Amino acid sequence: MADKPYGSIVSDGLWTNNQALVALLGLCPLLATTTSATNGLGMGLATTCVLVLSNVTISLIRNLVRPEVRLPVFVLVIASFVTAVELTMKAFFFELYNVLGLFIPLIVTNCAIIGRAEAFASKNKLDRSLADGLAMGMGFTLVLMTLGGVRELLGQGTLFYQADLLLGEAAKGLALSVGPDFQGALLAILPPGAFIGLGLLIALKNLVDKRVQQRQTARTEAPEEQEPQTAG
Amino acid sequence: MKKAPVLIAAFILGAFAVGGVGLVAITHELTDERIAANVRAAMLRKVQAIVPADLMDNDPLQDRIEVSDPDLLGAPTTQVYRVRSGGDPVAVILDPTVPDGYAGPIKLLVSVKKDGTLGGVRVLEHHETPGLGDKIDEKKDDWIKDQFNGRSLGNPPEDKWLVKRDGGEFDQFTGATVTPRSIVKAVKNTLLFVREQGEILYDAPAIAAAPKQEGAS
Repeated sequence: MADKPYGSIVSDGLWTNNQALVALLGLCPLLATTTSATNGLGMGLATTCVLVLSNVTISLIRNLVRPEVRLPVFVLVIASFVTAVELTMKAFFFELYNVLGLFIPLIVTNCAIIGRAEAFASKNKLDRSLADGLAMGMGFTLVLMTLGGVRELLGQGTLFYQADLLLGEAAKGLALSVGPDFQGALLAILPPGAFIGLGLLIALKNLVDKRVQQRQTARTEAPEEQEPQTAG
Repeated sequence: MKKAPVLIAAFILGAFAVGGVGLVAITHELTDERIAANVRAAMLRKVQAIVPADLMDNDPLQDRIEVSDPDLLGAPTTQVYRVRSGGDPVAVILDPTVPDGYAGPIKLLVSVKKDGTLGGVRVLEHHETPGLGDKIDEKKDDWIKDQFNGRSLGNPPEDKWLVKRDGGEFDQFTGATVTPRSIVKAVKNTLLFVREQGEILYDAPAIAAAPKQEGAS
């Protein structure tokens, strides 16, 4: 099997096969933790960390593990890494852990991770698996952060509030606020807001894809005609 | 010959189990102390916020007793931390539970000074509605500081320890009365408990080792 080029690994992870927007995997942590941009970023980074570790490990052992016990071994590897990440987080990002703590063990059940292990890492070389883990993780993180940011902005009128919990004192300047009088749309913070927000994000992605496709067809049919720039 | 692959598979699985447990054990060993220190520091920060630091020269987390009064304090057992200065009692800090929050129990931290006035009240853990009931959290709103700092059973009089809607002196939130009402009641009950017990709370011998935190933040 020919190695997949890095470029398509990255574009798959970030866009074409984005785990959250296209594969719709890992929705439980996605919906539960995205009440603010900081929470989304924290959860995304923790997931990326586990994803990279598990992809690398599974790629390393792919010729060692017999197919019959493949899945239990993957689960073991992932569960061990999640516990390690949880303990590390509790030790170094205690405040953030208080917010996300409940959801960290749920990374074990994030289908995106075992999905990548089975679909990619178990069939590809170390470097590709590492790249795949990073790309998929970043794609997932971006969606979590965007959704968290939108929900935070609508529901609370702030952006990156308490970012210093994750990024240290220097990040205090990141915090934006609409104004003290902003009442906020409660719906955005509550669970339905997560579903609606995710739905809108998926719709937006499909819309962009469709525009791009349309433009490509238009270009192949009438190459001399220049389409006006359309904003997605 | 036929059994061999199964055995190999079992061996591989076993090896990974051992490896996984090893990894977790090592991480635990490396982070254990830091986590315990974090939990302690977080608790101490909360304690210091509701007791004037210059009046505290002991470690209240070590000077602890356990009391039980489910009627007034809401939970089967409640921790009481004693704050002292030069050996003299300054305040007690209790962690009563509000049994009737809007979305389940709310855990409080209440400091009552020697003269019966409140040093402060903080929410340790709650599940109230974001944007409405969660204004009890001091990170979201100053309500809990404005309402309780310096209050006592005579200020306002005992029968005025109610939210305004019920004819009392404490502010409720627009759209959320249940949460403030339950907290006002719980704080009043805590004050009643401390008055009832009096000196015993300071005199009882401390029990060793701080309790394990049960997921409280």
